[in-house]
Amino acid sequence: MSFSVTHPSLRQKWIAGTLVILYALLTILPLLWIIATGFKSPSDAIAYPPKVVFDPTLEGYVNLFTTRTRMTPEALEEAGPPQTWYDQIVRQYDMVISGPSRYGERFLNSVIIGFGSTFLSVFLGTLAAYGFSRFKVPLKDDLMFFILSTRMMPPIAVAIPIFLMFRQLGLSDTHLGMILLYTAVNLSLSVWLLKGFIDEIPVEYEEAALIDGYTRFQAFYKVVLPQAATGIASTAIFCLIFSWNEYAFAVLLTSGTAQTAPPFIPTIIGVGKDWPAVAAGTTLFLVPVMVFTILLRKHLLRGITFGAVRK
Amino acid sequence: MAQIRIEHLRKDFGSFTAVKSSSFTIEDGEFFMLLGPSGCGKTTTLRMMAGLELPTSGHIFIDDEEVSQKPASQRDIAFVFQMFALYPHMNVRKNISYPLYNQGMPRAQIKEKIAEVAKILRIEDILDRPVGGLSGGDRQRVALGRAIVRDPKAFFMDEPLGALDAEFREHMAEELRALHDRMEATTVYVTHDQLEAMQMGDKIVVMNHGVVEQFGVPQDIYDWPATKFVADFIGSPPMNFLDFEGTVANGATSVQLSGVDFQIPEMLTGLQGDLSLGVRPEHVKLTDTSAYRGEVLAAEYLGTTQIVTLRTDHGIIKARLSSSTNVREGETVGVDLDARKLTVFDAQTGHALMSSANKEVLTHG
Repeated sequence: MSFSVTHPSLRQKWIAGTLVILYALLTILPLLWIIATGFKSPSDAIAYPPKVVFDPTLEGYVNLFTTRTRMTPEALEEAGPPQTWYDQIVRQYDMVISGPSRYGERFLNSVIIGFGSTFLSVFLGTLAAYGFSRFKVPLKDDLMFFILSTRMMPPIAVAIPIFLMFRQLGLSDTHLGMILLYTAVNLSLSVWLLKGFIDEIPVEYEEAALIDGYTRFQAFYKVVLPQAATGIASTAIFCLIFSWNEYAFAVLLTSGTAQTAPPFIPTIIGVGKDWPAVAAGTTLFLVPVMVFTILLRKHLLRGITFGAVRK
Repeated sequence: MAQIRIEHLRKDFGSFTAVKSSSFTIEDGEFFMLLGPSGCGKTTTLRMMAGLELPTSGHIFIDDEEVSQKPASQRDIAFVFQMFALYPHMNVRKNISYPLYNQGMPRAQIKEKIAEVAKILRIEDILDRPVGGLSGGDRQRVALGRAIVRDPKAFFMDEPLGALDAEFREHMAEELRALHDRMEATTVYVTHDQLEAMQMGDKIVVMNHGVVEQFGVPQDIYDWPATKFVADFIGSPPMNFLDFEGTVANGATSVQLSGVDFQIPEMLTGLQGDLSLGVRPEHVKLTDTSAYRGEVLAAEYLGTTQIVTLRTDHGIIKARLSSSTNVREGETVGVDLDARKLTVFDAQTGHALMSSANKEVLTHG
């Protein structure tokens, strides 16, 4: 037996391994920094040189979720001893908790707008991609180009017209408005990606279903959709990452009810330079996208190579 | 089971005409072959019959019911695709039963049906396997299972053996034919392989450039081709053509090549101009007595027969002779043709001229 595959030597393995670890460190270091800062005290967070070893505290998280008021010693005396562990933390600074912060609301807004627009982009994108892939659409190539052309400038370039339109339509600072906006931006990506995936699915499967007595729509959702699951999952991840992290439109178009987390997090800094709270907010903000990606990771890995290769 | 009638079927794709005007009838229970080179319109014709394409014009009747504009799901036919098109996300059992769920058949009956089909096709042991890991032959059987489980009016097959290994094709072809004989189902089968068509078909339609060239039983098509295209496409090696300029009169019983008279079946039409005398290799004989001479260029030994290539005044021809005949390369021999099996073609149009021998075949097709 002879093999045409050459096995890497030990030295090559070492070099490859080192490179991978270096790259992993490079990408993960900022993340670790943010996560660590979330557990530092404000003075540790701005210490120079940076403290690698520090006393972990939940101060940042407490500050993230609460608003606090500074009290005179007499008033503190009157309020009595601290009741809970988080009371205790704020008392160090002669403060008491006066209520919850808006982080929870903003986070919920991000979830609603992020997942809502992702669902809508993938849903509409799948239908459009199926149509473009399977039917004779007049001016198909021009339409596909037009859809892509909406990505050729930075979306923020149209911020002013959108701002004015949203004000006229009463969509400013509403969940619906943000969902529609992110869907519009994501749709070109999702149509193009999904068309690639659906083109790869042989049309014979649907024809077999048609012959077996199923309608066109049944053939679509019983035969095409299960096979497009991979493509749909990876498209959903890309769409969610965009709408989850989007900052510029969110700053411009939301302020109260529909404000998402990205424009809110920087405002936490406030007057006190509360970096641990900002870091805590950022850390928590990472969690949903990470969970979503890990859940769909199996599809994503296959998906990236699947649609990319032309037969 | 059903009779299928095609009348003046036409299909345009933009400015390209895939099928010009097809007309033929498939009788109930026939194994019917649509034969032709790739791009001749045979698959398009089949897809129109199945309802996967709608014809530009013309009619399709299944059991006297006009279906040409009906969707595939309402025609009650089964289709076996070249690449099988088994649903990849289902196992064998689900693939076969998929058409039945749609009909709302009770589960117990579905189970019974699957058991029956699995027994016919001998795939009982793979029913619960995913279709991904199956061999070509097993995929083929599952695809057939999905087709026969429904008892449809007709089976349409688009080169179903095309994706199989050569050695396995022969075996599967026999199995298919046996299955057809057992079920007596009207079957329309598309192929570009003339041997497969001759071997399996009750009747053959030969198509070229979207036109039906000839339609009939294999023997008739082989013996009495209606056009030079059919004569050339069918048979291996194909029919020989001796091109000559001359005249054949209505009622003539011979043609003259290089001053030598060759007997032919009595002509029922006459023509003057560029003509072509068609003769199958097995109807070429070598005799010393013939004044028509040919030079032996090569001999291919094929076991019981040999193919001898000859250069004549009217081009190179091939003769199928018994292996015991002794021929040497370079020698000049006398060539004789079997008078009963000759066809005269109009070299301009490629059409066969009608004679007393091919009259029945030509008027039928």
